[in-house]
Amino acid sequence: MSGVGEWSAGSAPKPALWQRLDLKWAVIGVSVAIVAYLALIPLAFLLWQSFFTPQTASKAAEFTLGNYVNAYSSLETLRLFFNSIKFAAGTSLFSFCVGTLLAWMNERTNTPFKSLFFALSIIPLIIPGILFTVAWILLGSPKIGIINLLLQNWFGTEYVFVNVYSLWGMIWVDGLHYSPMAFLLMTAAFRSMDPALEESAMMSGANIFQVAWRITLKLSWPAIFATILILFVRSIESFEVPALLGLPVGIQVFTSSIYQAIHQYPSQIGLASSYAVTLLLITTVGVYFQSRLSSQGSKYSTMTGKGFRPRLIDLGRWRYLAAAIFVAYFLLIVVLPFLVLLWSSFQKFYSVPSMAALQNLTLDAYRFIFSYPTLVRSVWNSLLLSLGSATIIMLVTSVICWIVVKTKLPGRWMLDNLASLPMVFPGLVLGLAIMIFYLNVDVGIYGTMWIMYIAYITRFLPYGLRYNTTSMLQIHKELEESAAMSGASWGTTFRRIILPLLKPGLVAGWIYVVIVSIRELSTSILLYSPGTEVVSIVIWELWENGQYVELSALGVLFILALFALVLLAQFVGKKFGIKEA
Amino acid sequence: MLSVKALFTEYPNERGQIVKAAQNVSFEVPEGKLFTLLGPSGCGKTTTLRSIAGLERPRAGEIAVGGRVVYSSEGKVFVAPNKRNFGMVFQSYAIWPHMNVFENAAFPLQVGKARLSKSEIEAKVMRVLGTVALDHLADREATKLSGGQQQRLALARALAMEPKLLLLDEPLSNLDAKLRERMRFELKRLQRELKLTTVYVTHDQSEALALSHEIAVMNEGQIVQIGSPRDIYERPRNRFVADFVGSANFLDATVVGPEAQADFFRVETVLGQLRCYAVEPLRAGDKVVISLRPEDVHVSAERPQGQNVFEAVVDAKIFLGDYIEYQVKLGDAVLLARVHPSFSPPVGTRIHVAMTPEKCIAIPDVDLRRAA
Repeated sequence: MSGVGEWSAGSAPKPALWQRLDLKWAVIGVSVAIVAYLALIPLAFLLWQSFFTPQTASKAAEFTLGNYVNAYSSLETLRLFFNSIKFAAGTSLFSFCVGTLLAWMNERTNTPFKSLFFALSIIPLIIPGILFTVAWILLGSPKIGIINLLLQNWFGTEYVFVNVYSLWGMIWVDGLHYSPMAFLLMTAAFRSMDPALEESAMMSGANIFQVAWRITLKLSWPAIFATILILFVRSIESFEVPALLGLPVGIQVFTSSIYQAIHQYPSQIGLASSYAVTLLLITTVGVYFQSRLSSQGSKYSTMTGKGFRPRLIDLGRWRYLAAAIFVAYFLLIVVLPFLVLLWSSFQKFYSVPSMAALQNLTLDAYRFIFSYPTLVRSVWNSLLLSLGSATIIMLVTSVICWIVVKTKLPGRWMLDNLASLPMVFPGLVLGLAIMIFYLNVDVGIYGTMWIMYIAYITRFLPYGLRYNTTSMLQIHKELEESAAMSGASWGTTFRRIILPLLKPGLVAGWIYVVIVSIRELSTSILLYSPGTEVVSIVIWELWENGQYVELSALGVLFILALFALVLLAQFVGKKFGIKEA
Repeated sequence: MLSVKALFTEYPNERGQIVKAAQNVSFEVPEGKLFTLLGPSGCGKTTTLRSIAGLERPRAGEIAVGGRVVYSSEGKVFVAPNKRNFGMVFQSYAIWPHMNVFENAAFPLQVGKARLSKSEIEAKVMRVLGTVALDHLADREATKLSGGQQQRLALARALAMEPKLLLLDEPLSNLDAKLRERMRFELKRLQRELKLTTVYVTHDQSEALALSHEIAVMNEGQIVQIGSPRDIYERPRNRFVADFVGSANFLDATVVGPEAQADFFRVETVLGQLRCYAVEPLRAGDKVVISLRPEDVHVSAERPQGQNVFEAVVDAKIFLGDYIEYQVKLGDAVLLARVHPSFSPPVGTRIHVAMTPEKCIAIPDVDLRRAA
């Protein structure tokens, strides 16, 4: 009976080797090979390339430590390093403070509009980073920003009130962009704390500050640090904000420097690689500490069966202030950006809202978009890429997940780490590594859709794994065992028992990967070529060409489409009875 | 010592509906006594306890301890929970994992208003840890304690502040059966020694009977009966209490008339006429339910002397070690009987059943509180 080979040791005579190499091992072998290939190749080649000089027409590439020497001895790199750290630290602290304040308001006080707070969880999915940044440029640029122009009109002055092209501007925009994530993480942290721990401190006579300092903070510091670390890693990997806001005024961080190094002539691939490796080191350290903290934090969370939630603090008249803060936040993060894009999309040439401009509204931009040939192709590409990679990812990770969770195969911890490896890669670095590999190992896929597929699958593999793992952990071993007792082979069991029971995780993960990948920019930007653009690349190109109104029209349509997609996902999710991971 | 008057506590649940957790709850607890709130899940006992603690804000009523009003809807008084000086033991114990045993117990003394010196605190803490036999573990990490030890630590912490009132929220429900029985004795001994006024919440009726000076049975937010443990067990006021505390046989009956002896009545049941006991006077024609505990259903082979004797057939039999549980059929009615194992007729035997009139409690059938 195949499928139970590991258990039958001892009694029956072992079948011949070729009989044991059945479907199960074939599937396992293929899946492991795919994951190893996808995860290790980029890393290996990135490291390799960083030790070589650029290949030019006259000189072949030769081994050198020069890249690293240049990189680490120049003042430029030091500046880059400090800029990146400053930017990431500022962004993470800003988004942490905003997110924590909102989480506290929602979980522990009686601030109104509670249901609106949860819309926050889908906002980041609906507004891609590039559109958020562009919208804030249209709002806060010193020359054309609406905020400046309006305030200047009002006060009759030439003074530049806000300048989004600055380090503070970058921190503001990216901090706002990541604050919903901080909100969700801190909400989870607040909820995992047993309220009885604070209540017993109150009953023991402590006042509100003593409770907060001696109990709440001391118990939740792992969650706090883990959240700040995640935010730090995300900000240091961030590409759209440094590229759009920092490059024009010479504020360089690692991601924007990598992009610049590739796009100058001759391409400084070696230099870009050494920057990339440095960035990778930083993110690896960050992710490592964050996962250590998360596992330590669980020691402190106790879940009681009874659902006595903590008494909400009654803010009294301060409720109105809290509501106002929340509404203001919502404006900054959704309403203003969307409205400014909407406004700009109806203009002939970008201009500030005024009575005159209102008379000249036009649909020209939309007409242009709909007849733009690249656009139709890019939508098609985006759909193909996200749907295709989501499907492959969910299928491959279901097998990986089964191996890691359900078997006792030696070395499965390594498989788990391999499949999660792409998580430490900033999107841009992954794109760079794949580009390098396929330039050197010419299998003819550079410049085609295949290279994009490989990039997407590699990038989003860890997400699929996480969704499948959650589902897989809930499938009790006895469900598989009873299939074996009934005579099913491994293949049949996997197909008829495991996969159907995994369905909630599979579907949830598939939907999530589709939504996240369809907005992707930083990996695609080094790998695309004419004909293989995706929608976010088209937006990028429109920006580079200064076609602001057309960009806004496309942006508005994109946001609406994403919104529809997310609603569809919620609907399908409810039908399958799945919860958000 | 503790007086609760007309307490109403309500709160909205996740769906926004108002949950009427405590409705018109009133009781008094004299100094040094242990008072239990007993009832099924959702009956409002924990909400009442939390209202006394100040962790829930009631809608109306008055709560006073030792003459000091801590809550009054009329007088608009609400004393914050950290100012009430009540010791509370939570169901999950709520031991702080980032402190050790000593620090957990010392916390109330460190945050209180009285500025005690380190040595005073240490003396008090070690004394209270000694009371619960945890003094040898003073340095141990709180997360490394067993369930029983955590429970004792929670108790020590509550006692450390020398409270006026001790509040216990199902403190034994997370312990295994044997440990629970042992801790029952410990708790009772401690409370009787310290003469600490205590309010105890539980759904376990044997705990309630074992520990309390007085019990209040609650259902659906209201107090259904207050009395001593014996009172509650032997003289239930309605069907819910009879069924919740211990088990009971129920027989529908109609009152025929009073008997010569005071408080005794004759009723007509499906078995025939019975002599029974009632707390409140009954009139002829009243509909009642006769409640009879299984251990008061006496079975014998020979026809016994006395009243309320009937013939029956053994329908089912379960051997439980210290007694045998029988299902006996009398015509269409089936009664549960609990009998010493020395008498062990097989299924199908014809036997006689005798019911002591004093133990046949007549309960009004108009039952305002249906069993949950």
